[in-house]
Amino acid sequence: MSLSVSLRHDFGGFSLDVDFRAPSGLTVLFGRSGSGKTSVIKAVAGLLHPDAGRIATADRVLFDSTTGRALPVHRRRIGYIFQEPRLFPHLTVRRNLTYGRRFGPRRRDRAEVDRVVEILGLGALLDRRPGALSGGEQSRVAIGRALLSAPEILLADEPLAALDEARKAEILPYFERLRDETDIPILYVSHSVEEVARLATTVVALEQGRVTRSGPAVEVFADPAFSPTGPRDAGALVEARILTHHADGLTEVQAGPARLHLPRMPGAPGDPLRLRIAAQDVMLARDAPQGLSALNILPGTVTAIREDAGPGVLISLTTPAGPILSAITRRSLSALRLAEGTPCHAIIKSVAIAQREGPRAG
Amino acid sequence: MTDWLGPEEWQALRLSLKVSFWAMLASLPLGLLAAYALSRWRFPGRQLLNLLIHLPLVLPPVVTGYLLLLTLGARAPLGEFLGQFGITFAFRWTGAALAAGIMGFPLMVRAIRLSLDAVDPKLEEAASTLGARPLSRFVTVTLPLIAPGILAGAVLSFAKAMGEFGATITFVSNIPGSTQTLPSAIYAFLQVPGGEASALRLVALSVLIAMGALLLSELLAQRVAKRVAGK
Repeated sequence: MSLSVSLRHDFGGFSLDVDFRAPSGLTVLFGRSGSGKTSVIKAVAGLLHPDAGRIATADRVLFDSTTGRALPVHRRRIGYIFQEPRLFPHLTVRRNLTYGRRFGPRRRDRAEVDRVVEILGLGALLDRRPGALSGGEQSRVAIGRALLSAPEILLADEPLAALDEARKAEILPYFERLRDETDIPILYVSHSVEEVARLATTVVALEQGRVTRSGPAVEVFADPAFSPTGPRDAGALVEARILTHHADGLTEVQAGPARLHLPRMPGAPGDPLRLRIAAQDVMLARDAPQGLSALNILPGTVTAIREDAGPGVLISLTTPAGPILSAITRRSLSALRLAEGTPCHAIIKSVAIAQREGPRAG
Repeated sequence: MTDWLGPEEWQALRLSLKVSFWAMLASLPLGLLAAYALSRWRFPGRQLLNLLIHLPLVLPPVVTGYLLLLTLGARAPLGEFLGQFGITFAFRWTGAALAAGIMGFPLMVRAIRLSLDAVDPKLEEAASTLGARPLSRFVTVTLPLIAPGILAGAVLSFAKAMGEFGATITFVSNIPGSTQTLPSAIYAFLQVPGGEASALRLVALSVLIAMGALLLSELLAQRVAKRVAGK
């Protein structure tokens, strides 16, 4: 399943003109507030009628201005997780969860409800009303309610923005599981680099109503031109898999043909991991360095240099572990005489986990 | 129970309850529709509709009654026309109910509209995204959330109907058994020598009914409000 979105809309003073595809998996619409992210998913939901464009899944056209087709909201089969939970205050959690089921295309069995209740940990809350729930609990109910309406597309509008760090940590794993365990396209609006790094399969970056960059998350993050909140936050994503936990407190992971050693990571051997390597944590050397305390040194080749990134420069290189970024000073750039195609070595000072598998029962 | 009320007083009480009940019941769907239209729809003539609905609140009741007489009286064109279908209001209890309903209508619409304005349209949006077509959305989300307002509007309309005097007496006169409601009966008893005792009994009864209605509505409203608040 995939979703293609192409639309133009004039808000008077601000115009939206976007065109992108969201394959199955989680597509993050990423950008500052006011960049038009929410308007895009409102248009997909049918809560906003664009001046022109076409919105379609593989087998259904939701909106097409050339044929005048515009399905009403209730017939689009979308699950919309709003920024606020928007639970129905007069219904119990159970009836909030099952609200969409009576309108769905097919009546699904109870097992579906039980499964969602289990995934989201809502078992103890079913007979309560929304007023008696915490913010995090309300968010989980809202996610479950959207899922149980049997959507063909899931839309999430900064579902974590209103929550504190602890609640975010509670909800994020559920989105990871959704991404990994369902095959419907998820369109997720966010302005948080951490959320994008952790959740995104695909990134669509928006700026002032235009798509500035879109593609698989790993590619987009490795592009030195993609530094959404300034070059300080630039950093590449590396897909890896846990190999072993060593007795001295290190975890060895496999990233492509390369092996990296990290401080002890949670997870069992074989578990996939997404690592984020901040550009500021990567030093470069022309010759293979020796006698360094750094554990992870990867050979690579410079593929791009971005010099307009503030006081320093951003270097993109290919390594056996995948593309990574390095932030160095202009002086180092000229001292090392780096150019596109220069072979060099990347010394990785530290690595953070961008994501891991959601917590498993037991 | 009938011992301490004379037959005429008893009759007036029963008629008043009947008139008020039907006035309230018949106003409910219309009041809901009017409140919804005023709260949610933008259409030409919206202000005019608002004005018309509120007119009985500010006009002297006698004027409202006289206007009803002019339009729906036995010899008025509309009254004659409806009479052909067996619908007559003049000098009937139905006329009393109509007058009472019209007088209570602005109160009912105001109460429902206030509660509608307080419903977050975002909840209705959420219901749509979950697949609810507009009518089911209204029934499953909007209606339960405005239940307290509807209740308050119904009680206000009923209470107003119980006390309505000016428009009723002007439109359908004061005929014992068919149009003599409680207030009209109190008025009539006060006009005859020795009628004060009857009048006083009816006054006491009016006070009781009014207080009972208020108490009941408070109780119901509390229960509904608690439910709607999601506790």
